[in-house]
This record gives sequence, C-alpha cells and structure tokens, in this order.
Amino acid sequence: MTALVPLVVLVPLLGAALTLVLGRRARPQRIVAALSLVAVLGIGIALLVAVDTAGPLVVEAGNWQAPFGIVLIVDRLSALMIVVSAVVLLAVLVFSIGQGLADGDDETPVSIYYPTYLILTTGVMVAFIAGDLFNLYVGFEILLVASYVLITLGGTESRIRAGVTYVIVSLLSSILFLAAIGMVYGALGTVNLAQVAQRVQELPIDVQILLHVMLLVAFGIKAAVFPLSFWLPDSYPSAPAPVTAAFAGLLTKIGVYAIIRVETVIFPSPELNPALMVLALLTMVVGALGAVAQADIKRILSFTLVSHIGYMILGVALGTVAGTAAAIFYIVHHIVVQTTLFLAAGLVEREAGSTSITKIGGLLASAPVVAVLFFIPALNLGGIPPFSGFIGKLGLFQATAEQGDALAYILIGAGALVSLLTLYALVRVWNLAFWRPAGDVEGDETRLLRTVEEAPLTTGSIAITKATPRLMTLSTGAMVAVGVALTIFAGPLYAVSDRAAQNLDGPEPYIQLLFPDFEEGVAE
Amino acid sequence: MTVSLVLVIVMAALIASGVYLLLERSLTRVVLGFLLIGNGVNLLILIMAGRPGIAPIVTDGVAPEEYTDPLPQALILTAIVITFAVSAFLLALIYRSWRLANADDVSDDADDVALREGAFSMPVEEPTPDDGGTDFPVEPDDTVITTSTTGEEQR
Repeated sequence: MTALVPLVVLVPLLGAALTLVLGRRARPQRIVAALSLVAVLGIGIALLVAVDTAGPLVVEAGNWQAPFGIVLIVDRLSALMIVVSAVVLLAVLVFSIGQGLADGDDETPVSIYYPTYLILTTGVMVAFIAGDLFNLYVGFEILLVASYVLITLGGTESRIRAGVTYVIVSLLSSILFLAAIGMVYGALGTVNLAQVAQRVQELPIDVQILLHVMLLVAFGIKAAVFPLSFWLPDSYPSAPAPVTAAFAGLLTKIGVYAIIRVETVIFPSPELNPALMVLALLTMVVGALGAVAQADIKRILSFTLVSHIGYMILGVALGTVAGTAAAIFYIVHHIVVQTTLFLAAGLVEREAGSTSITKIGGLLASAPVVAVLFFIPALNLGGIPPFSGFIGKLGLFQATAEQGDALAYILIGAGALVSLLTLYALVRVWNLAFWRPAGDVEGDETRLLRTVEEAPLTTGSIAITKATPRLMTLSTGAMVAVGVALTIFAGPLYAVSDRAAQNLDGPEPYIQLLFPDFEEGVAE
Repeated sequence: MTVSLVLVIVMAALIASGVYLLLERSLTRVVLGFLLIGNGVNLLILIMAGRPGIAPIVTDGVAPEEYTDPLPQALILTAIVITFAVSAFLLALIYRSWRLANADDVSDDADDVALREGAFSMPVEEPTPDDGGTDFPVEPDDTVITTSTTGEEQR
C-alpha cells in the first residue's frame, strides 16, 4: 500500500510532462489529463480505505530514516483531502474540456492549460502528503506557480491586473512561510513535522508564540482569513470560470489544511485559540457583509468563500476533537459546494453573457437546468436543512457550545447570522438573475449601454453568448450530485472526519508514526 | 548558537529595503523588492545554520561540531531555484502589463473603483404593496440604476 503514496504525486506530474509533449494535439492531451486525474482519484480512494482500516501510511523516501530523509505521511485527514480534491479537480477538468471543445480553441496557445492544471494537481497532492515543513513549502510553491499561470491565462488586461495582485500577495505569504521555516530550523534544528512537534514544547513560550504567529500569518494569507483576505475577491473573479472554480474550492482549503496541521500537531497548546476565534468571527461577518454588497455573481461567491473560511477556522480554534472533526467535515462540504457554485456561475455566464445580476434575468425560463444546478448548491451553502451545509454548521455549533463561555455563544450567534446573510446574498442572485422576468432587464439595457459608453470602468465586458455544451452541464450536474451525496452519506463521512480528528488529538499520534518510542511527557 | 553580526545586519538591510520597494506601486520596483526580500530570507536560513565550519564530508578524526550544517544550504538552494522561476514569471507578467497598458503600475480593481465612486448601483427590489386582494400582485417597478454623475445624467 505504501507504494501508492508517491504515485499520487507522480501520476499527475508525469501526466503534465506527457500533455506538454502532446502540446499540439488537443485530443490526446485531454485524454491524458482526464485519465491522470481519474487515476489520482482511484489512488486517493484506495488510500482512504487503506488508511481508515489499517492506520496511517508512512513512506521514507529512498529509505532514509525519519529525521534525516524526506517523509511522506498519509493519515485520515490527508487521504480525505486527496479524495475530495481529486473529485473536484476531475469535475473542473471535464468542465473546462467541455468549454474548450465548444469554443474551438484547439489551435490556440492555450495548449499550456492542461499541463499547468496537472502541475497544480501535483502541488496540491505534495502539500497533502508532506511530512515536513519544507516539503509543504515546496508543495505550496508548485501549486502557486501553476496557479499564477492559470490566473493570467491568455494574458488579457483584466487577468493581468488581477494576476498581479494575486501573485504579489502569494509571494509575500510564501516568503513569510520560508522565513518561518528558517526560524523553526534555527530554534529546533529540524523541519520534520513530527520532530518539530516533539521538540517545540521545550522552547520558551515567547519563542513558541513567535513561530506560531509567523506560520499562522503565512497560512492565513493563503486561506484568506480576515484581515488577510482582501486579495481574494479582487483576483479570483476575473480568471476563466473553471480556473476560478478550482481555485475557490481548493486553494484556500489547503491553507486551512496547513492551519489544522499547525494547530493540532505543532502547537496544540491553547494560547492563541481565543485570538483565532475572534478572527474566525471577523472573517465570517466581514465576508458575508461583503457578499451582500456585491452585484456580480462571481464576486458574491468569492465573498461567501471568505466568510465560510471563518467557520473552518472556528472549528480549528476550538482545539477539541469535536471542533476539529466539524472543521474537517466542513472543509469537505465547502470544497464541493463552492466549486459547484462557481461552475454554475460559469454556466450562467455562458447562458446570459454576463455574471452581473444587474444585467441578466429570466434565466429560470431560458435555462431551467442551470437554474436547478445553481439553486441546490446555493441552498446547501446557505445551510438549509437537510443539506450537508446544515449538518456541518450544526456540528460546529455543537462543538462550540461545549466550550460554553460568552465568546462561544457570540460565535454561534454570528455563525447563524452569517448563514442567513449567505442565504440572503444567494437568494438575491436567484431573484434577479433567475426569477426576474427577462423583460424587466430589457428596459435597463439601453441605459446600461450608455453607462458603458460613458464610463467603461463601471461595467464588465459584454460577452457573446454561446451555446452551452452538454459536457459542462454534465460535470456541474455531477458536482451537484456529489454535494447531495455528501448529505445522504453524511453519517459515514462525519464518522471518518471524527476518526481523522481523533488522530489529530494532540501531537502524540503523529509523532509516534515516525518515532514509535515516543511517549507523552518524556522528552528526549 | 553563535551568529555573525555582519550577516544579521545585511539580512535586515536587505529585508527592510525589500519591504520598502514592495510597497511601491511600480511593478518593476515590486520585483526588485521581492528579489531583495528573497535573498534576505535565504540569508536568514543561512544564519540559522549556526557557526560556520568545514565542508560536511565525513573524515576521520574530526569532531561533529567542526562541520558546517549542510541542511540549510540545501534548503537555500531549493529556495533560490523557486525565486528564480517566480521572478522570471514576474518579469513576463510586467512585460505583458506594459504592452497592454503602457504602464507598470499596480492598478486598482475596477469593481472596487466603481463601488467607491458609487457608480455601481444595486438593483433595488421594491416591495409590491399588498392590496389584500387575491389577484397576483402588480408588476414591480423597474429596477433603478443610479449613477454618481447625476448632474450629467439629467442633462
């Protein structure tokens, strides 16, 4: 079984090389890309089953033993993340294949898209199986460099503008992370996660907090935690629809994944937990208020993305098994649902030629399938029972209530309010874009055209509507089905999240993977 | 752990000037700032290696403390490669930005500007008055678009 662990990285990497060689032939390129991701999904499922039944897998690369060599570790959390990411990446790939087929860009230089996309997959997988901080950094860099290319794909003016913000902010977070790794090495003489966890308790508390905050800031930028979330709503919406969907679903969650590792393995002590809870509160509320103020579907969704990161941070900040379990479940739910919504927004853009809710209407009549594909995940994200969003929030609130102090109850209240605000923002999209008769918008068209002529900055470009290919609808439909399946199989999934959280109850289980002799309280 | 003061000062100077440049609006300066900070952080890792020593090739009769720590150098090497690749990408990005906009500034987000100037109006959902009848409610008013430039609009 351990042989499968490196494969999860190697398959997409080799797939990327192959698609690059096949650069001039669109059809084989698509097949290779899709097959690689199917293989990754298969390996991921095998890993999850193996890890869930037989315990975590540890691979020591080149047989170099633990603190000296590179270690790859797959525990329940990693395996779960690998499976969900593979599902989402595959669905988004199918969506983009559909879009590419319809737009007939077989001949254009966008042949770089598939290799880059597979490199992104590689980076994501490296980050999930990394057993030391520096490998985590390398994984982040791989996926970030791929994401720089994807977000500026085609090099149009708006994408370059958005790309510049994204690239600079990401670079800053990477450099902070690298500096934090340097400091950790200086303080502890190792970058191996298990060994760091083993030694960190011996440090003076102020040094611990310094390292902790540096890591949290670096990951907080990636996870878009308020006040480090400002870059996200500016940069995501202008990318191509499938790229935005993959980024929104996955990239921020990798930051959250890293925060979970930091909070449970390296610094399980509760010094910063109240601060994290306040940040979670602010992230939720500010993101939701931002969503209410926007008029573009993609921007609304970007702000709800920021706001829902707050829920995950809340679960992590509790520092209990129940909290971590709820956060893990919520991550899985949110990756799937947020991606689905962005894919649905891509369909809306294609049907209506715009994603600005001031300019479109009558979609319920003209594209009922798209309406359904938007409506179900929207209810899910808003946390309407019985969907998985409701189950996730319920779990989070229960875990928060166990803490029982005033801050906990404020957070529960804010969480409920934010879920209503999310629902309000999405219902507004529904009312204006889908439910409003198309005739009501028609009257505004001339005025809008005039405003476009007067101030080109105030409105987006007017795209030409093209027919929606079946493949795009199918992949979005499949993601909606996955979202519904998360609801139906919420019991088993929550149980897996719970077991994953048990593994993360303090650093001992993680340390003992590499150093079986380690016992709590017995320093070397 | 003994640390060379000169290295620390150089590192601090690199990072400080890097941060200053990074805060500029011109993209070329941002890239230079990024390079300076990147090198500063590499120096930080080197400093964290502790006291310098002889090359870390195991020879008989040499105490372990005599060797220099090779791991940070491996880390720096990786970091240098990554910085190199990213700065190449950044330069391409700046060139493209220059070709498109003839400027290498970090520009404001178009939607943010619109929001700030109030030119970006929300459609208002007018509540339809309920007359208590069982008929369907009357058609809602058309959504209103307002612009900040009201003076010119009314012309």
